[in-house]
Amino acid sequence: MRCLSLICLLIISLSAHSAKLPGCSGREAIGDRGVIVERASGSVVIVNSTSQELLCRVEGLGDLSHASMVFSRDEQYAYIFGRDGGLSKVDVLNGRLENRIIQAGNAIGGAISQDGQIIAVSNYEPGGVRLFTADTLTALATIEAKTDAFPEGAKVVGLTDAPENQIIFSLYNAGEIWQASLDNPKKPEIKKYLNIGSLPYDALIAPDGRYYMAGLFGEDGIAKLDLWYPEKGVEKILGDYGKGDKKLPVYKMPHLEGWTFAGDLVFLPAIGHHEVLAIKTTNWELSSRIPLLGQPVFTMARPDARQIWVNFAFPNNKWLQVIDTKSASVIKKLEAGPGVMHMEFTPRGEHIWVSVRDENKVKIYDTRTFELLKVLNVESPSGIFFTARAHKIGL
Amino acid sequence: MKIHHYLVLILACLLATASLADPKIPTSQRQQELMQLLLDDCGSCHGMTMNGGLGPPLQQSNLAGKPDEYIFVTIRNGTAGTPMPPWHQFLTDDEIYWMIDVLRKETWKKE
Ligand code: HEC
Repeated sequence: MRCLSLICLLIISLSAHSAKLPGCSGREAIGDRGVIVERASGSVVIVNSTSQELLCRVEGLGDLSHASMVFSRDEQYAYIFGRDGGLSKVDVLNGRLENRIIQAGNAIGGAISQDGQIIAVSNYEPGGVRLFTADTLTALATIEAKTDAFPEGAKVVGLTDAPENQIIFSLYNAGEIWQASLDNPKKPEIKKYLNIGSLPYDALIAPDGRYYMAGLFGEDGIAKLDLWYPEKGVEKILGDYGKGDKKLPVYKMPHLEGWTFAGDLVFLPAIGHHEVLAIKTTNWELSSRIPLLGQPVFTMARPDARQIWVNFAFPNNKWLQVIDTKSASVIKKLEAGPGVMHMEFTPRGEHIWVSVRDENKVKIYDTRTFELLKVLNVESPSGIFFTARAHKIGL
Repeated sequence: MKIHHYLVLILACLLATASLADPKIPTSQRQQELMQLLLDDCGSCHGMTMNGGLGPPLQQSNLAGKPDEYIFVTIRNGTAGTPMPPWHQFLTDDEIYWMIDVLRKETWKKE
């Protein structure tokens, strides 16, 4: 009797182990691949960041000036947002264009939802956010950014994913922040924060998904939303920063993507000033202003946050400066070449890839020694995006 | 509009007529640089195909009906309180007029 029940148990557990698993297929791993935008020719090149080689080129992606992208959670697909409103799904494993739609007249950026099911695209013209299924790019819903003052739709900037399957974005001309739940993606539920400040031009979310911060062009300060305490509303920090200083003209809007937490400091590019701001996260007050050689565009933190690499707007766009976050000072100046557009760190930060548009080169530097390791030929390169972004909130 | 603004406008008009009467065409090498500047640097706000971005679209149809003088002053001095920066440090008046011509004829499309 006991023997029989033992055999039964054995059979049950055996079948539970062998029957239901789909098996591991032997496809190539692509966790060290990346996609580089060739902005003038409407193409991208797929690269390998371990062998430091170009693997293949995918063409026919339309106007890719200022294009950005997000990755599916398995890293296989890049969703590329073009300026002409094109949304392209590129297979990074097989190097081919999987699908492409024109979703609006004029797109600026996008995001992928926490569950990887929904692609959100923000548009300038007509202003708003459109939602699509990640697998087939089928339209789900349109969130029109209409306000009383902007009945035709305000320009949407700073779109990012957020925890609990939400997206957050800012309305540039209307000065609002909207938070949308995608639980019912055909009818997203929207919470609006009004009067958050004048002309938010870009925004970011902290790597842990807690703070959403929008940089303001029309006034001093930064709008901060604490997603742990949404009932507190949007607070303005550094409101008196730069008061009395003459604002310098801005020849390219800074991008607030490379948010840097280091210890109890956070570093952000200043607008209208040639500096990066170090802000204390304990009380959100200014800790120091780090002077730079020009107007910062990207301030990218090395993954360990010990360094921040900064590139610059016209006419200083051949330079890079490296800030040491421990001393909050510049420790290195590099002449990377004419038209530095973007930088991307390898996933753990030992190297940085830099696109030098007017030289048609991507340059790879060692971040410890600042040695130039390798130069790749890429046609008019702009954004560089490694597949490891697939697993990061806000990227 | 303050008197000051009128003065600026009148001055700009005078400059405009002077330059229009005797526009100095940039050298072909400089023309190439200017075209690059238009597409890359103006394009970063106005779109590389001038179809708009944070700044308004600058295609032929968008500029139709807007006088050269207005466009000239906007490019030369920027528009205070908005992201449109002044370009007089980097562009001569003749170069700005050449650029306006490029925008009106959409010759950048050939690039
Ligand atoms: C940093 C962003 C930025 C850059 C760079 C920029 N612009 Fe602008 N531009 C704007 C904005 C924003 C406006 C709208 C200003 C307003 O609200 O009146 C504008 C307005 C204009 C207008 C007036 C358009 C109209 O219909 O009234 C012209 C013309 C113009 N820009 C030309 C240029 C040219 C030429 C360049 C390059 C040499 C350039 N801009 C670079 C942001 C920019």
